Amino acid sequence: MSIPVLALEKVRKAFGSEVVLEDISITVPEHTATVFIGASGSGKSTLLRCINLLEQIDDGVIRLDGQDISDVSVDPDEIRRKLGMVFQSFNLFPHMSVVENIILAPMRVHGKSRDEAIVEALELLTRFGLREKAEQYPDRLSGGQQQRVAIIRSLAVKPRLLLLDEITSALDPVLVNEVLSTVRDLKEHGMTMLLATHEMGFAKQVADEVCFLEHGRILEWGKPEEILENAKKSQTKEFLKRVHEAGRL
Amino acid sequence: MNQEVGRGSENSSDSAPYSFGGAWQPSAIEIERRIARKARSRKNALVATASSIVVLGTLLSIIITSPGWKTLSETFFKWAYGFEVLPKIILGFGANLFLTVIAATSVAFFGLILALVRTSRSPAITPFRLLATVYVDVFRGIPMLLIILLVGFGIPALRLQGVTNNVFILGIMAVIITYSAYVAEVIRSGILTVHPSQRAAARSLGLSNMQTLRYVVLPQALRRVTPPLLNDLVSLIKDTGLVSILGVTDAIRAAQIESSRSFNYTPYVMAAGIFLLVTIPLTRYTDRTLRKSIERQNAQGLA
Repeated sequence: MSIPVLALEKVRKAFGSEVVLEDISITVPEHTATVFIGASGSGKSTLLRCINLLEQIDDGVIRLDGQDISDVSVDPDEIRRKLGMVFQSFNLFPHMSVVENIILAPMRVHGKSRDEAIVEALELLTRFGLREKAEQYPDRLSGGQQQRVAIIRSLAVKPRLLLLDEITSALDPVLVNEVLSTVRDLKEHGMTMLLATHEMGFAKQVADEVCFLEHGRILEWGKPEEILENAKKSQTKEFLKRVHEAGRL
Repeated sequence: MNQEVGRGSENSSDSAPYSFGGAWQPSAIEIERRIARKARSRKNALVATASSIVVLGTLLSIIITSPGWKTLSETFFKWAYGFEVLPKIILGFGANLFLTVIAATSVAFFGLILALVRTSRSPAITPFRLLATVYVDVFRGIPMLLIILLVGFGIPALRLQGVTNNVFILGIMAVIITYSAYVAEVIRSGILTVHPSQRAAARSLGLSNMQTLRYVVLPQALRRVTPPLLNDLVSLIKDTGLVSILGVTDAIRAAQIESSRSFNYTPYVMAAGIFLLVTIPLTRYTDRTLRKSIERQNAQGLA
């Protein structure tokens, strides 16, 4: 078997005395999407931030393409170049136009020329139907458009792995779909992804694996139909029932 | 679009049919509202004018009818004499402007460095961060006049080789020392208001700490603190007048020389007028920048 893109072994993270992740072990093979579900505060976002080295783990090992990236001698900037991350709150740079947002990292981090970076950025924008927004500033865009630009910005550095942190949670329901169809498109093109989401219907469509987190532990892990329709643990069932009642399934 | 639909439904009882394509005509109810609004704003203007006349007129008449007014106007508002000395004061004001330009550029440079050092978390910077903090605390806490006196008389008293005795240079130094501390704090507050999520986004794209600062944090921070920095510029222009205490012939010193010769205070009033000529437009401009920056931030909040 080939080396998985990402492998976590017994990862633990605590903020002070509060343990937010405990004994997290997963593997993410290439071209697959792993979806984390669980209540707010179950550790989904922290897990993604740990993988991106925005947070430091307290125990365990994280491997990216076999390399131990939790090793102290690893340069975090080096690792982040290989990872894309999209946030719940978009986090576009408000003082830059859409295209400037996208070319920043290719130019400054990957040493591309401005012209080359712009050509690639416009290609991506065209592919995702945002070509005419290239010169706009983020505050002129709808939430859905902003989030799609954020996704494109993270794609522009051609990441090995895309981390998507509740990317539809700040959007109103009408705008959710345009963002989700963008992610579906990426999945079809073979992007390896890790997602935290509350959209169960979407999880079912896009996920190869679903992971249910509670209080920082993985309670269940398996194929989407196993977890979402035939959950074994009572906590998973209870969570899915609550989500269902909230009208998200 | 929404507005038009709203207006259409409001006037659904109106005889004029609403159509999307046709030329829009204000309805009877809207015309009535416009007339009422116009009448109200006319009344408001009338009230404002009347109250201004009453208040300002009363103040003016109190001053003019006061027993000392005649002597006061002789000593402070002797215009013919004022215009006679005006060229000398304007020449002095040139020194203020020159001081302002040199000080403002240096202060921008040192203030930025101090702010960067204070907000840096790099361990290698730690001693400098402590020094910067002490520096800012000390020089923000001492009246500028004292710093001018200490620098202006203290440094020459050291009798160090190669150190200048030029009051002009010493004066500029004192102004730069003080204002760098002020400006550093303004810029630092700007850096701190940039949301951590902006840093996280930049770092997750692989940008280094320095690149994040250079391309993401500083541009936003500086934009946000432009209005308070312009405010400091207005203060700086005025405060360059303080170096006259060292004997620099600026507008204030020039006025002082004239007035001590004639025992008439009109030169001071002329100097004040010249300062206002520069500071008022700059203040108005600052206000406009501030308003625009608030509008921009509100727009971002809505998005």
